[in-house]
This record gives sequence, structure tokens and C-alpha cells, in this order.
Amino acid sequence: MIAVSFFEVQEISKRFGGLMAVNGVSFQVEPGKIFGLIGPNGSGKTTIFNLINQYYTLTAGDILFKGKSIKGLKTHEICHLGIGRTFQVVKPLKRMSVLENVMASAFCRVNTFGEARKLAIETLDFCNLLSEKDKAAKSLPIASRKRLEITRAMATKPELLLLDETAAGLNPGELDEAIDLIKRIRDRGVTIIIVEHIMKVIMSISDRIHAINYGQTIAEGKPEEVANNREVIEAYLGEAYAEGGTH
Amino acid sequence: MTVFLQSLVSGILIGGIYALIGIGMTLIMGVMGIINLAHGQLMMVGMYITYVLFAFLKIDPYISLLVSMPALFLVGVVIQRFLLNPLMKIEAILPENQVLMTVGIGMVLTEIARFIFSSDYKSTTTTFSSQVLFLGSISVNAPMVIAFLIAVALTLILFWFLLKTDLGRSIRATAQDKEAATLMGVNSSRITVITYALGAALVAAAGTVLLPIFYLFPDIGGPFTLKAFVITILGGLGSTVGAIVGGVTLGIAESLGATYFGMQYREMVGFVIFLLVLIFLPGGLKRLTKI
Amino acid sequence: MKRNRVIIAFIALALVLFPLVVKSDYYQHLVILALMWVVIGGSWNLLAGYTGQVSFGHAVFFGTGAYAAGILANKLGISAWWGMAFGGITAALVGLFIGWVCFRLRGPYFALATIAAGEIFRLIATTWESLTEGMVGIMILQTFRSKLPYYYLALFLAAASMFVFDQVMKSKWGFYFISIREDQDAAESLGINTTLYKNVSLLISSFFTGMAGAFYMNYMAFIDPHVVFSLHYISIMAILVGIIGGVATIWGPALGAFIMIGVQETFRSSVFGLAPRWVSQSHALVFGLLVMFVILYMANGVVGDWPKIKRLFLRRP
Repeated sequence: MIAVSFFEVQEISKRFGGLMAVNGVSFQVEPGKIFGLIGPNGSGKTTIFNLINQYYTLTAGDILFKGKSIKGLKTHEICHLGIGRTFQVVKPLKRMSVLENVMASAFCRVNTFGEARKLAIETLDFCNLLSEKDKAAKSLPIASRKRLEITRAMATKPELLLLDETAAGLNPGELDEAIDLIKRIRDRGVTIIIVEHIMKVIMSISDRIHAINYGQTIAEGKPEEVANNREVIEAYLGEAYAEGGTH
Repeated sequence: MTVFLQSLVSGILIGGIYALIGIGMTLIMGVMGIINLAHGQLMMVGMYITYVLFAFLKIDPYISLLVSMPALFLVGVVIQRFLLNPLMKIEAILPENQVLMTVGIGMVLTEIARFIFSSDYKSTTTTFSSQVLFLGSISVNAPMVIAFLIAVALTLILFWFLLKTDLGRSIRATAQDKEAATLMGVNSSRITVITYALGAALVAAAGTVLLPIFYLFPDIGGPFTLKAFVITILGGLGSTVGAIVGGVTLGIAESLGATYFGMQYREMVGFVIFLLVLIFLPGGLKRLTKI
Repeated sequence: MKRNRVIIAFIALALVLFPLVVKSDYYQHLVILALMWVVIGGSWNLLAGYTGQVSFGHAVFFGTGAYAAGILANKLGISAWWGMAFGGITAALVGLFIGWVCFRLRGPYFALATIAAGEIFRLIATTWESLTEGMVGIMILQTFRSKLPYYYLALFLAAASMFVFDQVMKSKWGFYFISIREDQDAAESLGINTTLYKNVSLLISSFFTGMAGAFYMNYMAFIDPHVVFSLHYISIMAILVGIIGGVATIWGPALGAFIMIGVQETFRSSVFGLAPRWVSQSHALVFGLLVMFVILYMANGVVGDWPKIKRLFLRRP
């Protein structure tokens, strides 16, 4: 019997006016794994997230979550279904405290103030942000803001989490903490799709990687396979490097 | 058929002047992202300046363009520099402070005018005020034609300025992407001041050429402000070509509306268009060029 | 806090006893107006201050409520008091329509659209003479000769609206409103149905404003399009009331209402007859200057900028 796929993206495309930002991309994600999405700037990675999130509507193709199409649903409905996401350019609810930020998303799953607070505190604790809970969101440094993004998404109890460049702008120490958090999230049973630029992060934690360029798939496979793929190297480092062999 | 053509021509003529009003507003909106709800009132100030020059110094309105435009340019500089720019630095809960400020400015300008000139309707009759020109069986008001031609001339000069000069290009750059422009060395606060002043000068010109045609009274600004933003939304934000097309469209629509539905519906036309654009065409008429 | 409760009780008592102590029609009238503005300002604040949708066209709801009551009385002979509920509901329905058209816009464009909405309704009221009597306006018979019933009704409306707003803001809805204000896209991604909640906020806001409008019809017994759909004296006034007191606070608009009515009337009456005549003519100018001043120096209102104000006054020479 063929099992229903956990999450799959089928031939999705998105056109903006004359530009095909995403063109016929397909991939499947297995539950409990970390799936990496890489590609140079402007290759369409965030657009794909926006399509999954239904922030943009699909021009063509379909997206299936646990066997059912999520095409045409509203963004907040996607969240209720169990798909959470973070934003590349972080969006804290500035004038609210850290705790309130997480409570806002906790209300997705619970109904009273008391329950929301409890869930928020649990999630903050899990993400090691509890000490900041009463600070105003706008006063946080970038690393904590990124962590807050993840914490908020986690409070919606997602089964699938979309992480958009959560490591950008972090120093090496913060980077290690971020990687640790992502692994712990995976260990909790949450499936993760991660878009990342920083090779160290994505290569070390992904189970599988999908590489795109100009909105189209150029490679998919285990991290080492993709890293050695000629087209991928070309896309990132240019032809000269590809000619000269791998690094 | 003649009625239709007559309406159409009147509409185009007034539309050209509306375009001048709209261009100023759309530039301000494009560059600063604020809605200048004092736009019509700036025009009113220009009209009063022209009126005073005509009534007391017998200077022909079309010559006073040379006074009203620079005068309003200065007024614009003062407003932007001392009242609007500082707002960009204040952290208030509501981002619409600048819009509200322009409402306040508009009210103050109106009341000062009322104080000086009282609420009386003033009319200005120049030598060609009552002259009528004939194109076939269509009659057109001479002052309207002159106003239209001046509006066209000013628009062309503006285009040359925006396309060919460094300053003009800086303005367009800031309108397209403020941050990027600043990173490339454009002094964005200077640009905002100049843009606002430019918008003020343009609308002053519109007022000056309209003086021989309309009655002047302190509250004349309000309806024109509203027209300005209908044009801006219709033409598309920040698009000067859009403002021209929008202005002419509004002019024609108002004219036809007044002819076929009645004078009292003239004002409504603009708002109906506004709503329709909002519902069906949110980006306004497409940008036809890079401007 | 205990101290706050005592202050509130004191104010409430003072307001209840006011018309019994101050018999002057003139001053009673002022307080009635102020109480009406507490409702309108608070409604605007719910939508703008808390939910971030800054309406520049609240006159739409006020005027709709006023005309709903007026038309009921004028055309159907139904007492304008029924119009109070009807006014609120009609305004809320109009609110839904306006929300549908305008909520697709953000920030200043939303503001513009609401201005247009207000103006369109004003024009409709002016031209649809068979329904609204056009520029002539609607005049009805005043139900009570004394101001007392109107006063207590206004007081009740003000208190009820503040209570409702307070309860809403303390609930999950309130939380959502603020989240939407802070970042609509983030809120949507966190599972908040932003369209739904913006409309909920709008419904409550327009309902109460409509009731205030219907009240106005009953109280003044005369309305015309120019007055009840006024951009400056209703819509902008609502914004000022909200801002001066303190945006995004429950007591801010209440304070703002009294300040605004007080300032306006001080100038309109030439400082209650003490100053020369021409002062009265300048009240519109003062209004405009006030807008400018508040925006420049007090954008967070008396309540919001209270720390700043305290520092200013308590500075030792």
C-alpha cells in the first residue's frame, strides 16, 4: 500500500506579471525529517514558502499536506492545519512584550487567557527565551528576535515548520544555539523545511536538500550529493569553480 | 452629437488642469508616502495671491504665475521642512500623523484666508474672461483654453525636469525606492522638501490659471483636494503619466456626468470613480512609462 | 488599583449629579455633547488606536445613524427613539460594506478611502432628496423639553460604550486587534483571521457611532448632510478626540472628548463672553492649529504622554 505523503509540492509555479518566479518545482518531505531548500539570492526560495503559506496564490501546480490539497486556503487556515512559518525579515509585534507575542499565536490552539499564557510560557521555556518574556519585543537584539519568530510559530503547535533564513545575521555562538534549537524541534517530532544561505547550517542538519535556481529545481538528494553537484556549485560560485573541481 | 462633443471638449480642457493638480499630489505621495490633504488649500493660497496682484496691481493672472509659483514653492519648503519632516522622527502609535498634520495645515490656511479676505466670493474678470472661441460648432471658453495650454506647457517642462536633470532623476529614484536612493547618495530629506515644494508650485499654477474661470472663496480648496486624490488613485500612485490620464479622465467623466445626469452629480462622479477603482482596479491605471 | 477605583467612582458620581446641581441649559448642553463624543471617540479608538485601521471617515457611521433615526421619524412616523437601535444597526451594516471595500487597503490608502466614503454619503444625503430632504435636512419634534432625559441617556451611552470597549480589549478579541495593528502579515501567519477581526472591530465601532448619531438626531431634533457627515467637524474631530486623550487607552477618548469640547467652546464663545468678538470667529483656526500642535508635540495624547507632561510641570526651577 502506498502511504499518503506527509507533505508534497507538485509542479508548483508562480508568475508575477512577466516573471516566472517559481517554475514547476516538485518535492516531497518525509515526516520527522529536516528538509533543506537552497539556492542563490532571488532563486525563489521565499516565494515557495509564500506559496505554501498561501500568502501568494499558485499560478499552477498543487500542494498536498497529509494527502489533502491546501491550494486556495487562507493563510490563517494553513496555520490552523498545522503548518507554521517564520519570516526572513522578522516581524515581531513590536509594542507587545515577548510573552504577549507568543500568546497571540498560542490563541490559535487555546481559548482562554490562562491557557494561552501557559502554552506561551511552556514554548518560551522550550526555546530558551523565557528570561526575556516581559521585555518589549522591539527591544530585543536580532538573535533573540529570530528566536522569537521560531517560538511564536512553535506555539501554534505545528506539525510542519517552515524556517526562512533563521540563521542570517547571527554570530558563530548564536548560530550554534540556533542549530541546537532546530534539532530539538525536530526531536519533538516536528517536520522542518528550512531555507538557508549559510552552508554550515543547512549541510549539517538537513536530511535531504533541494536546490533551486531561477525558480527551477537543479538538484535534490543527500547533502553531500547536492554539495558536489556541478550545477549547484555553478549557481553559487560561478562556472570557474565548477570547472576547477569541487571544494 | 454636438452636445456630446461639447461636453467632451470641456472635459478635456478642465482635465488638463486637473492633471496639473494631480501630478503634484502623486509626486508627493510617491516620494513621501503621505497624502497631502492641504493640496487644494495650497491652490487656494496661490489663487488669492494672484487675485491680490490683479485687484491691486492690475497684474494679469497669467503673468502672476511668475509670482505665485515661486511663492508657493517657498510655502511648500517651509511646511515640509518645519512641519512634516520632523514627524518622520516621532514614534507614535499611529503612522498617519503626517496626513493629519496636512489636514491641520489645510484648515489653518483656509481660516487665515477667511480672516484676511472674508468668506465673500470674489470673481476676477480679465480681458478675455468672456471671450469664446469656436471650433466648428463647439464653443470653448477662452480662459479655459489658455489655462489648458499653460497646463500642458508646465507638464512638458516637468517631464523634461524629471527625465533629464539630476535632481529630477533623484526624485524619481526616491519615489521608487527611498532606501536604495539614500544608499546611492541621494539626500532624501532634501528631496522630500523639494518634492513637496514642487507639488505646491504646480498646484499654485493650476490655481492661478483657474482664477479667471472660478469664483474664489476660502473654502474652494476642499473639493480640489478630494479631486486630487481621486486622480492620484485612478492614475496609480507616484505615476505622473497616470496623473495626467487620471486628470483628463476625471475631467471628461465630470463633464459628461453633469451634462447627462445633472449638475448636482458632478462631485459624485469623482467619488464613484474612486470607489470603482478601489474595488476593481486597485493599482490604478497601469504605469505607462517609467515615470 | 484601589486609588483608580475611587477616582472613577468620584467622577461617575459627579457626572450623575451634575445636571441636578448645574441648572444652566448651556452647560448641560456642553456636557451632553462631550458625553456623545466620548462614545464617538471611543469607537474610533477601538478601530484605529487598537486595531490600527485609521478611519478618516467616521462621519459615515454618525450620519447614517442620525439619518436612520431621522428618516424613520420623518417618513414612517416612528418615534426616533426606535431609531437609536435602528441607527446603530444600520451604521453597522454600512460598516460591513465599507469594510469590504476598504480593508483591502493599508495605511494611508485606507484613510483616503474612508474620507471618500464619508464624502460619498454626504453627497448621497444631499442629492437623494426624496429620502433625506436633501440640503433642507430633517426636523422632528423634540420629545422632551427638559435636557435631563437626554443627559442621562448620553451618560448611559458613554458609560456603556466604555464598558464594552474595555471588556472587548481584555478578551481574546482585543489581543487579536492589537496583533493586527502591530503586524497584519505576521498575525495572519500566526493563525489570526485578520479579515474577520478587522470587521468585528469595525462592526462594534460603527454600531456605537451610529447610536451616537441617532442620539444626536433625537436630541438636536434637526440634522442636515453638511453637519452630520462633516469631514472636519465629525470625522477629524473623532480623530482628535481619540488622539488628544491618548490613543489605545480606554480613558483617553473620554478625556479627549471633554478637552476638545471645552477648547472648542471656549473659543466659540469668545472665552465665555470675556474676550472680544473676533475670538469667536477664530475657533476654526484654533481647531486647525490644535491639530498641528497635537500632532507635533502630543501625538500620544494626554494619557499616552503623561510621563512627558508630568516632567514638564514638575521640573524644579
